[in-house]
Amino acid sequence: MPPTQSPPPDLAAPADAPAVPVSGWGRTAPTVARLVRPRSYDEAVAAVRGCGARGGIPRGLGRAYGDAAQNAGGAVLDMTALDRIHAVDAAGGVVLCDAGVSLHRLMQVLLPLGWFVPVTPGTRYVTVGGAIGADIHGKNHHVCGSFSRHVLSLELLTADGTIRTVAPGDPLFEATCGGMGLTGVVLTASLRLQPVETSWMTVDTERARDLDDLMARLTATDHRHRYSVAWIDLLARGAATGRAVLTRGDHAPRAALPRSRRARRDPLEFRPSRLPAAPSFLPDGLLGPTTVGIFNELWYRRAPRLRTGELQRLHAFFHPLDGVPHWNRVYGRSGFVQYQFVVGYGEEEALRRIVRRISGRRCPSFLAVLKRFGDGDPGWLSFPTAGWTLALDLPAGLPGLDGLLDELDEEVAAAGGRVYLAKDSRLRPELLPAMYPRLEEFRALRAALDPRGVFTSDLSRRLGL
Amino acid sequence: MKDAFGAPQSVLVLGGASEIGLAVARRMLVRRARAVWLAGRPSPALDSAAASLRALRPGADVRTVEFDALDTGSHEEVLGKVFAEGDVDLVLLAFGVLGDQARDEREPAGAVRVAQTNYTGAVSAGLVAASALRGQGHGSLVVLSSVAAERARRGNFIYGSSKAGLDAFAQGLGEALRGTGVHVMVVRPGFVRSRMTAGLREAPLATTPGAVAAAVESGLRHRASTVWVPGALRPAMAVLRHLPRPLFRRLPL
Ligand SMILES: Cc1cc2nc3c(=O)[nH]c(=O)nc-3n(C[C@H](O)[C@H](O)[C@H](O)COP(=O)(O)OP(=O)(O)OC[C@H]3O[C@@H](n4cnc5c(N)ncnc54)[C@H](O)[C@@H]3O)c2cc1C
Ligand SMILES: NC(=O)c1ccc[n+]([C@@H]2O[C@H](COP(=O)([O-])OP(=O)(O)OC[C@H]3O[C@@H](n4cnc5c(N)ncnc54)[C@H](OP(=O)(O)O)[C@@H]3O)[C@@H](O)[C@H]2O)c1
Repeated sequence: MPPTQSPPPDLAAPADAPAVPVSGWGRTAPTVARLVRPRSYDEAVAAVRGCGARGGIPRGLGRAYGDAAQNAGGAVLDMTALDRIHAVDAAGGVVLCDAGVSLHRLMQVLLPLGWFVPVTPGTRYVTVGGAIGADIHGKNHHVCGSFSRHVLSLELLTADGTIRTVAPGDPLFEATCGGMGLTGVVLTASLRLQPVETSWMTVDTERARDLDDLMARLTATDHRHRYSVAWIDLLARGAATGRAVLTRGDHAPRAALPRSRRARRDPLEFRPSRLPAAPSFLPDGLLGPTTVGIFNELWYRRAPRLRTGELQRLHAFFHPLDGVPHWNRVYGRSGFVQYQFVVGYGEEEALRRIVRRISGRRCPSFLAVLKRFGDGDPGWLSFPTAGWTLALDLPAGLPGLDGLLDELDEEVAAAGGRVYLAKDSRLRPELLPAMYPRLEEFRALRAALDPRGVFTSDLSRRLGL
Repeated sequence: MKDAFGAPQSVLVLGGASEIGLAVARRMLVRRARAVWLAGRPSPALDSAAASLRALRPGADVRTVEFDALDTGSHEEVLGKVFAEGDVDLVLLAFGVLGDQARDEREPAGAVRVAQTNYTGAVSAGLVAASALRGQGHGSLVVLSSVAAERARRGNFIYGSSKAGLDAFAQGLGEALRGTGVHVMVVRPGFVRSRMTAGLREAPLATTPGAVAAAVESGLRHRASTVWVPGALRPAMAVLRHLPRPLFRRLPL
């Protein structure tokens, strides 16, 4: 008789994992999956091997807005128990860590050593695996590119249960960066870091009176700053359509800190505080055009016309929302949708039309974010391309929102742009090939690497990835 | 998969030629649906229903499959075949017969047929569909109950009681499926102008298959467990339900 192949009893057995509802940050389309939480690489291998007919998908901290880290009826591999930082090269600025480590944790460990993560999104509560899976971008994309540009190599657990080391230039690396977890599970990654002298930012703020003014200002001076972003008030109409506040920042050198302050003694201190969490049950419709309109108005008036060299804590500059845990609950039971797209330089007219359209519909969108991207990144499904990217949050219960976003998709696709899969929860699959020209290559690689479709998510089912 | 707004990509209509069922299928095809199964008794009506959907969205995968609510023994196999072809995001339980109250009172065999179609057939198909949906970890089961299920009336209590049974069954099934990813929604239309009611005197608040479809779309979006069509029926029935019997009897319903 052949020896039995059952895994040792202490390995997390995917088949007995509890079936629980899983949703994305927008809380829109929860589905039920077996949640498996591997505590070792062996358990991760066993989890992938034992996924079952409906496959599995890795999940980090669930900050993707839509259904990317869900897998109805199958397994979801919660990678956050694999969260060791293996080695830090404090001289060379390289860290080797598990994919389940959060950027928050990395900052806690690395900042005192004078290093910062190369790219951070608007929240620190994402994992390295999620950052690679979505090939995230930050306010420094115009200078530094996406997250994966700073990945030196990674270890990938593929559908056949083997672990491969992949590095930039390798097709599997490029498919994995931005591949939304569909090529395999990233187990570890080594990242190149950004040196910093302090945990402070010097920030310049200026107001732009409308969209054209905003685009002109961004175009003229973006290159002077490492970090740049603009917050647009999409409820402003008429001549004020697209009015915005630009914030640009750079890591403050030690010399920029005032001599008197405590800051000088511990320039690399990183202790962000958090407020109490938003309550778990809030009704729909809290955020209508009136409440949001008042908020946006106050916020615009409060901003200085021009202010330079203000010192801000790093977390205040990058992650203002992280101060309120579970802020996503303010959208109530129906949840919310984030819409983020990019259109290339030269397609400003499309951007203007889209902004006018959203403003005209009086959508209760809190501050939307406009940013200029640098060149596109090597990931086959990476989102950024050289151009303008706009991101906005909207309550999913808003009547007519589905139709409006479909119309915006058409505009975006016609302008040669695309929407961001990490934020998506509603794109029409027919538009995907035009938006992501390397989709066919991606599908072909998956078909060869994972013929049985072990890696499957609600996103991949919905869009046919 | 359903999108953030609850719009399904694949739909199975049990009672495939039903006017309300078709209105729902049409509405879903305009949104995200690209695969539609019409399950019903073979008839020219079923075929032309499928043809009309294909014309509405060329390229959509519209198929018919033989299904008889009364043949409960076949439900596992018929539904199994559909689910084997891929996930179904929305199952709409649309079959039903109104019967002929006066005749069915005289000839109980007719009443049995109403009960067996509307209740027994639905219990069987509903359980089979629920189990398949549960296996895929997502999906909605939408059950067309009726306002007639709320309170027995002299004029249609055979139909009404079958719908009352169905309604209670569907509510319970919804409870049973909590936490499984499967959503059950009970839809209670009032008088709908369709083939079923052709020639009957219209009741107050009469509505259309299109309005029922719109209400289903909105209910899916909000993951509602109960939907009344039109919405005004909810408060109206809350009152009527508690009206003293002698008064209720005299209402022109
Ligand atoms: C407030 C807020 C602000 C944000 N700002 C930005 C921003 O500025 N820029 C930006 O780019 N994004 C932004 N995002 C989106 C977020 O950065 C991405 O969705 C990121 O992928 C979330 O990481 P996560 O660990 O939560 O991953 P999850 O949401 O759990 O998963 C996201 C994807 O990564 C895959 N994945 C997770 N772990 C692994 C792994 N170990 N191996 C392989 N694949 C894996 C999943 O399968 C899934 O496809 C923001 C999100 C929020 C909530
Ligand atoms: N119309 C209203 O006023 C109203 C109000 C409230 C609720 N409803 C409910 O809504 C649903 C749809 O009604 P509708 O208005 O669309 O009427 P409809 O057009 O008459 O549709 C009913 C469908 O049920 C099918 N059916 C009947 N017996 C069947 C069986 N044994 N096996 C398979 N299919 C069977 C019929 O198929 P065939 O074509 O083969 O006969 C028909 O297609 C019904 O459940 C009805 O009770 C209707």
